[in-house]
Amino acid sequence: MADAQALLQTHAVCKTYRTADRAGRLVLDHIDFALKEGEIVAILGKSGSGKSTFLRVLAGLTPQSEGEVTYRGAPVIAPVSGVAMVFQTFALFPWLTVLNNVELGLEAQGVAREERRQRAIAAIDLIGLDGYESAYPKELSGGMRQRVGFARALVVNPDVLLLDEPFSALDVLTAETLRGDMMELWSDQRIPTKGIVFVSHNIEEAVEIADRILIFSSDPGRIRAEIPISLPKPRDMSSPAFRQIVDQVYTILTSVPGGEPGKRIAKPEQISINYRLPHASIQQLVGLLDNLVAPPFNGRADLPHLAETLELVVDDLFPLIETLQLLGLAQVGGGDIEVTTAGRSFADAEMQTRKQMFAEHLLRHIPLVAHIRRILDERPGHAAPEARFLAELEDHLSEEDARDVLDTVINWGRYAELFAYDYDRAVLSLENP
Amino acid sequence: MAQRWGSALVALPGRLRPNFWDGIALPIVIGLIALIAWSGQQMSVPFTAGQEINISLDPWKLPEYGLRTVMRMGIALVVSLIFSLAYAAVAAKSRRAEKLLLPILDILQSVPILGFLSITVTGFIALFPGSLLGYECASIFAIFTSQAWNMTFSLYQSFLGVPQDLREAARMYHLSPWRSFWQLEVPYAIPQLVWNMMMSMSGGWFFVVASEAITVSNQNTLLPGIGSYIALASEKGDLAAVGYAILAMLAFILIYDQLLFRPLLAWSQRFKVEAITEGEGERAWFLTMLQRARFFRAIAFVGDTVRDWISSAAHRAHTFQEQPAKPPSPWAIWVDRAWTVVLLIAAVGSVVWIAHYVHDNGKIGLDEIGNVFVLAVFTFIRVTVLIALASLIWVPIGVWIGLRPPIAHRAQPVVQFLAAFPANLFFPPVVALITTFHLNVEIWLSVLMILGAQWYILFNVVAGTLALPTDYQYVASNLGVRRRLWWRRLILPAIFPAYVTGAITASGGAWNASIVSEVAQWGDDKLAAHGVGAYIAQWTATGDTPRILLGVSMLSLFVLVFNRLFWRRLYVLAEERIRLD
Repeated sequence: MADAQALLQTHAVCKTYRTADRAGRLVLDHIDFALKEGEIVAILGKSGSGKSTFLRVLAGLTPQSEGEVTYRGAPVIAPVSGVAMVFQTFALFPWLTVLNNVELGLEAQGVAREERRQRAIAAIDLIGLDGYESAYPKELSGGMRQRVGFARALVVNPDVLLLDEPFSALDVLTAETLRGDMMELWSDQRIPTKGIVFVSHNIEEAVEIADRILIFSSDPGRIRAEIPISLPKPRDMSSPAFRQIVDQVYTILTSVPGGEPGKRIAKPEQISINYRLPHASIQQLVGLLDNLVAPPFNGRADLPHLAETLELVVDDLFPLIETLQLLGLAQVGGGDIEVTTAGRSFADAEMQTRKQMFAEHLLRHIPLVAHIRRILDERPGHAAPEARFLAELEDHLSEEDARDVLDTVINWGRYAELFAYDYDRAVLSLENP
Repeated sequence: MAQRWGSALVALPGRLRPNFWDGIALPIVIGLIALIAWSGQQMSVPFTAGQEINISLDPWKLPEYGLRTVMRMGIALVVSLIFSLAYAAVAAKSRRAEKLLLPILDILQSVPILGFLSITVTGFIALFPGSLLGYECASIFAIFTSQAWNMTFSLYQSFLGVPQDLREAARMYHLSPWRSFWQLEVPYAIPQLVWNMMMSMSGGWFFVVASEAITVSNQNTLLPGIGSYIALASEKGDLAAVGYAILAMLAFILIYDQLLFRPLLAWSQRFKVEAITEGEGERAWFLTMLQRARFFRAIAFVGDTVRDWISSAAHRAHTFQEQPAKPPSPWAIWVDRAWTVVLLIAAVGSVVWIAHYVHDNGKIGLDEIGNVFVLAVFTFIRVTVLIALASLIWVPIGVWIGLRPPIAHRAQPVVQFLAAFPANLFFPPVVALITTFHLNVEIWLSVLMILGAQWYILFNVVAGTLALPTDYQYVASNLGVRRRLWWRRLILPAIFPAYVTGAITASGGAWNASIVSEVAQWGDDKLAAHGVGAYIAQWTATGDTPRILLGVSMLSLFVLVFNRLFWRRLYVLAEERIRLD
């Protein structure tokens, strides 16, 4: 079954997390994946698509619930020595110097001190950190710290590098420099690494460096699309071919649940009460709509262009877009977003009217809001503890997600003045203080 | 090749040539070694029960007594450290062990030091017949019980708090559980641990008198030490001797601070995960010496080599690094339930056994138990009133200090010294005042109880105020928020979490202090108030184990119930609602 050609391979991997009612929530659903030699694979997906979990399953950090993970044909049941990982938060030991941090993996392998030191210093030189050997991580900037993270991973001569959003905690300039340096090492084959899997939330970044992009869908995480990219490297980010792939990725990522990717849909399908609502703030929603109706967009925008203009990354933009879609304020298709008539009149209205319109849209399109409102109307005291709704949500969502969804709905409901919430007593009610 | 040889030959003598710091380091180290040897000898002199140890009030004997006391505390601190590491590691790693170990720790914390001392002393003496070593061990154990618990709690909390990404990195780079304990979990816990060690030391000093007076079968043995000196001075009513004792204590606390805690504090800065903040510039000459003196660098080099050798040997010994995480077995839940049942049976069994023991050996009836309960209520009222009073006094002062960071930084060591001050040193003025003015013993003796404990309130209020973002103060003054509104809306909510933490510690301290503060002696004047502390102290003096056991159980029960019903809830409230983030 295991392909000898593949470095890392998964076969029908599933991951289930326990929920409150012990039913379990599926996070990864039958993922088949193979990393071939000489390949960089990027994994994209909305938050909650299980992409980070998948990376940890590959790493042997999290055991899968079903299926099989193999490294060069042998099953992965714990971190294997040919695979190294770079973390979003760097995960450097603050009490060790740069040199000691880089030496850590070698020390654990029992490499003799002299050899250890030489290899660590070589890795530090390679990554451009010479002179910082005796510094503590606290003294370094974010970019420098992540360089230490890379040196620590590279020093063990890994076959496979797993990167968990390695550039997302860095500012744009720093991220670009570091990414460029890493790609140079890779393409010049100055590092022994034979394959890279990397999770990202930056679409341009993924298209720029990956040989193949996997797009995960949410709830549960599945491979929704696979896009091979054969453009020669280094890639010109302004070339039409490049832009076309970026558009394609946006299109897939923004198509509404159940909808066909790429096809424009008149009306989003009705969602269920337990739908994992995107975490979107009112302020940002309103700001996005205002921007969309104003020039230069005039009600219609190309998503990559919009993201660039507003300086929003995928994780920030997509929840907003999905919410606008769910509420019927905008439509998305073919990598474009278009404000609906309802969206236009919302943008044109002033504050009190906006609140009323928002309330109407919530009641019509978000079943959970309608449900909460109905319960509160029916109850004699017009109040209900939040635990009641949390319990309902937890039938289908993890505890954490249920909390997030309810918080989001409480926020929307408060803005729309549909119901009030008392934090100290944890009670939803109709009375307005 | 020749080049390399040459440089090695030149480098080696250079590395080992003594420098300025070596000149200071060597005498100190040799002195310390000699001190350990001398103390060991002194501790194990032959001794039989009932023999009189001569404690002299001659101030020139104080350095010797001080060294003896300091040695005991040092040993107790090391034992506490080892105990804490093991206990906290097991509690943090095993869910089943945690179920048992945490409540036990909670109870141990509430048992007063005299309770441990009087119950364990016979065992220690039996271990080393005909030698003073048994008595010394009992004393060290008593000090240990005043130091270990909060260190253990701090370690346990830190172990649980190790960031997930660091844990994952440790697994990803194949650190074995043993290695990851020493390279990840322990380093992460160090800053908080050092802080708690300092607190523990203060606790040890506070009970120094209680821990050096050992009573076995109605015979009181005073071990050579500062505590015994103070006890004797109180008995004789020698005011000058009390003065000398205070000076000696000040000196020894200072030495401990300079040689141990300042270096530890400065060194622990590097283990902090968050970025550099204030207090970072902590410098300690002793640490500088340790780092600069070539003598120590040579030792460190040898140490590193040995460590390397051990770790690579360990690596070769088991190439299989880590077992995969096992899927939860379907039996796990039944094993859990069985474990709970075993614990329950053990608990019920112990209660029955203690009841039996107290009843049979002490001929204690229900009326006496009721009586002790009433005594505990008296003590309870004292503790409550005193904590309230201390809060009224120290909260405003703490806020005042906390708003002025330069003063706060200078006040910190002073407060710490005050917290270490044994209550016995306050006996002279308090007893004198009570006898001169014929004051009510029940009320005025209580003051002694809060003497050591009140500082925790001050300490935490100062820290809480210091942590208040300056922006909030600007906003308040910008909006013209003043006086009562300023207290009600800004300061009190802001310092509430810190205050609650301090008050919990202070309340625990006050309960424990009841055994040394409900009975006071100065010369021929012996004063005793009604309370469970006095009850324990009184029966300890005669060595009546069943009654001590009864008193200690009652006191622990009160502390536990009080904590659960009151402090724990306040704490949760503070954590959830009024946190500053």
